[in-house]
Amino acid sequence: MTDQILQTARAQVNLVGLTKNDYRGNPSSLCQGCGHNSISSQIIAACYELNIIPENMIKFSGIGCSSKSPFYFLNRTFGFNGLHGRMPSLATGAMFGDVSLKGIGVSGDGDTASIGMGQFKHIVRRNVPMVYIVENNGVYGLTKGQFSATADEGLELKKQGTNPYLPVDIAWEALVGHATFVARSFAGDPKQVKELIKAAMSHKGIAVLDIISPCVTFNNQDSTSHSYSWGKEHEVALHDLSYVPPAEEIMVDYEDGQIIEVTMHDGSMILLKKLDRDYDPKNRAEAMRVLEESNKDCCLITGLIYINQSHPTLFELYNLPDEPLNRLTEERLRPPKETMDKVNAMMF
Amino acid sequence: MIIEKTDSSPVSAKSMEPVINNFSITVASVNGSGSQTSNLTMMRALFKMGIPVSGKNIFPSNIQGLPTWYTIRINEEGHLARCEDQEIVVAMNPATFIKDMEGVVEGGVLFYDDSIKFPISRQDIHLYPMPVKQMVRDSGAPANIRDYIANMVYVGIVANILKIDMDRIYQALEYHFKGKQKPIDLNWGMVKNASDWADKNLQKTDAYSVRPSNKTDGFIMADGNTAAALGALYGGLQFAAWYPITPATSLAETLNEYIPVFRKDPVTGKNTCVVIQAEDELAAIGMVVGAGFSGLRAMTSTSGPGLSLMVEYVGLAYFSEVPVVIWDIQRIGPSTGLPTRTSQGDLRLAYFMGHGDVRHVILFPGSVTECFEFGWKAFDIAERLQTPVIVLSDLDFGMNQWMTTPFEYPDKPMDRGKVLWEEDLKKVNGKWGRYVDVDGDGITYRTLPGNKYPNAAYFARGTGHDENANYSEQPDDWENNLLRLQRKIDGSITLLPKPVIKSTSGAKISIISYGSTDIAIDEALVTLSGQGYKIDHLRIRALPTAPEVMEFVRAHERNYVIELNRDGQLHQILRLEIPDCTMKLISLSHLDGLPLTAQWVISQLIAKEEGQK
Repeated sequence: MTDQILQTARAQVNLVGLTKNDYRGNPSSLCQGCGHNSISSQIIAACYELNIIPENMIKFSGIGCSSKSPFYFLNRTFGFNGLHGRMPSLATGAMFGDVSLKGIGVSGDGDTASIGMGQFKHIVRRNVPMVYIVENNGVYGLTKGQFSATADEGLELKKQGTNPYLPVDIAWEALVGHATFVARSFAGDPKQVKELIKAAMSHKGIAVLDIISPCVTFNNQDSTSHSYSWGKEHEVALHDLSYVPPAEEIMVDYEDGQIIEVTMHDGSMILLKKLDRDYDPKNRAEAMRVLEESNKDCCLITGLIYINQSHPTLFELYNLPDEPLNRLTEERLRPPKETMDKVNAMMF
Repeated sequence: MIIEKTDSSPVSAKSMEPVINNFSITVASVNGSGSQTSNLTMMRALFKMGIPVSGKNIFPSNIQGLPTWYTIRINEEGHLARCEDQEIVVAMNPATFIKDMEGVVEGGVLFYDDSIKFPISRQDIHLYPMPVKQMVRDSGAPANIRDYIANMVYVGIVANILKIDMDRIYQALEYHFKGKQKPIDLNWGMVKNASDWADKNLQKTDAYSVRPSNKTDGFIMADGNTAAALGALYGGLQFAAWYPITPATSLAETLNEYIPVFRKDPVTGKNTCVVIQAEDELAAIGMVVGAGFSGLRAMTSTSGPGLSLMVEYVGLAYFSEVPVVIWDIQRIGPSTGLPTRTSQGDLRLAYFMGHGDVRHVILFPGSVTECFEFGWKAFDIAERLQTPVIVLSDLDFGMNQWMTTPFEYPDKPMDRGKVLWEEDLKKVNGKWGRYVDVDGDGITYRTLPGNKYPNAAYFARGTGHDENANYSEQPDDWENNLLRLQRKIDGSITLLPKPVIKSTSGAKISIISYGSTDIAIDEALVTLSGQGYKIDHLRIRALPTAPEVMEFVRAHERNYVIELNRDGQLHQILRLEIPDCTMKLISLSHLDGLPLTAQWVISQLIAKEEGQK
């Protein structure tokens, strides 16, 4: 009896002895059925399964429905809910405090593709090593249903009329901006979301996840490309993706030529099982072609679109001590007194 | 030619009284021609001769081809503010020649490039034509450096006529070219040739000369941006993000220059300070707020237009209680304004930066050495208070060379403020709340990312929050938090630099000022005192207003608040903060973009005082 209880208790903890509850946040105040809640659940599940200690992470967001969500996961993780469109700069500075922490940022399509386009492009260009999730629903939720920059051309919304502009494609922008990890997924495909988050967490560099995350209140008509039903009907996965943690045996059986293995710098592996096509995510030109094709064919291409592990991260460009900068004490930060004369002598 | 010159200069005997170590030299040239090197060389040589000296660069917002003026003031008494009289002018720019010639004082001196063919209309000044083009040709210097070398011609000739020590000029060139022999030789060769030419061909007719002194003993020459950058590095700066903007750029560039020299980790030999050139000021301040949140000593440096862009993040930092330091090297606005002219016009924006109820701690360095001091001190204040500290310098400090006392090593250890690490949380069994006012001073305890104690983490935010950093729309949570922030900022006064007061017995009136104007006011006070005015002087070094300032204002019948902006921004703030003294505060504002002069202070003050009678 006692053994049984112990066994059950043991089953509920991961390798670092934490329960799933240790990864949860406050109850969500987003709408029932919101795609963002599903993504939060997958962040929780991914971190739990990856055995990450929540204190070894740091989370960020900008402003909007999406940006509220970091409050709904990882309560034991430091976080900063910054300004609208300005999460990238906040994260860039904050992560220098302790570069051993794993960063995760959650933004939305307004926060990233409208007000935050500039900072988004620059965090990508600097290859700040963190997971950058865009919960993309094509609409402004908190201000009640205005078009966002990713809204479909011709989309009709109750109070707004018809959207006259072409949409911004976030995965495209990331790719053009030299992102080193670009993926697209769909909140209605939780398994893929979770595997992609795990893979992104192992990436050494910026990992942009453009996740179509339907807004059940303002933009979930069957005809819009950000709805559940459209996503379900039009999703075309590039591959069947699974993440294998470091030092774990690959248990999947596969035939030659059916699997592409991507070994990550931490020793983990992404296995990409071929579906309808041959797709190599290490080819940037191919990634662009696939994105262009999917836009033309009106389908939702999902999966790992591009990965490049050779580019240095922002932190690698600075010759920093291994110890976190925010733990350095005065004797290592203030030059010694005897240098003062040297400074004055350097003046004229 | 020389004979023609002497004949055409029937200067009155009165002006022939020797004038030693008390005049100014203004060089009028074209920007981008390298004249800055020549001007700095002359100024540094004078400084090394022991003569107090200052240099003011009045330059255009342009890379090449527009007029620029550099005024070196030489004053044995140490009065080194910008001066309005031009005793000696070196005219190198045909475009401004007439105006430059007309600006010379009676009995003054005009050195000019003899290829400038305007008629000389002045009979009352001494003229020294300089065969600049000929000498450059004769030097055989390669075509691409002829313009630069040309400026060394006037260094040699002016030095010869004014008796500037040639060895000191060589020393200045060595410093400027960082000991690189080739450029030193090239420039020195031209200076020497020009001086030798003057020996043979010019006869001194004017009254001006310099004489070695010892009045620069114990002083250095430096600019405010260099001082601020070094001060920050001695303050343990760990993270700076910036975006290029005149006149702040050199501050960040100086950080990059000195990090490898002074900020290698003694343990690992690696750098302990990060500098990022951001994509704009929105990102620069965002990075700095992030770094401040993570527990790094974080700073940005900018000027007015950049400060405007930083407003939103600074408001967030105030409300989420993140320590950051912002150096604003003020230039004249609004808008692009005059990017290369000085101002104190950002005070109102800086003090109230942000929407809603916001008020910030402001520091005003009043000398270059104080730029160094506030460079490190600002971090102690910001981290103690967990709030933005804005340091208001200006172009005059930032980009001009000042004679100043040597930088002094920080006289107290770093104050990292109320930070809880793992062992601290263990001691209190993890009982803490990010915004709980445990000590009653409005300053709460914070934890830093990377702290592994299980409940160390909190979620920082700009939205309403309770004492435990949870989202809250409760009216009393909001009100209590805002009132606590007010207590915190009010209480900051004890941490801030006190005003500097210079008293005269029996003075009923005063001057109140801040920043770079101090030097002109000091000079004016000497003259005014000679004319029988008894005036006290208070230099404000920080806001919010200290009780000493309030007492001082109350103790005088009239307080003239002198500042470099149209609206009298400090005057407005003092009226707000000392409401019982509104009638005792009178604004004297100087807003043409040029550094303040003693002459201006004297004439304005006398006019106002006469008006009182």
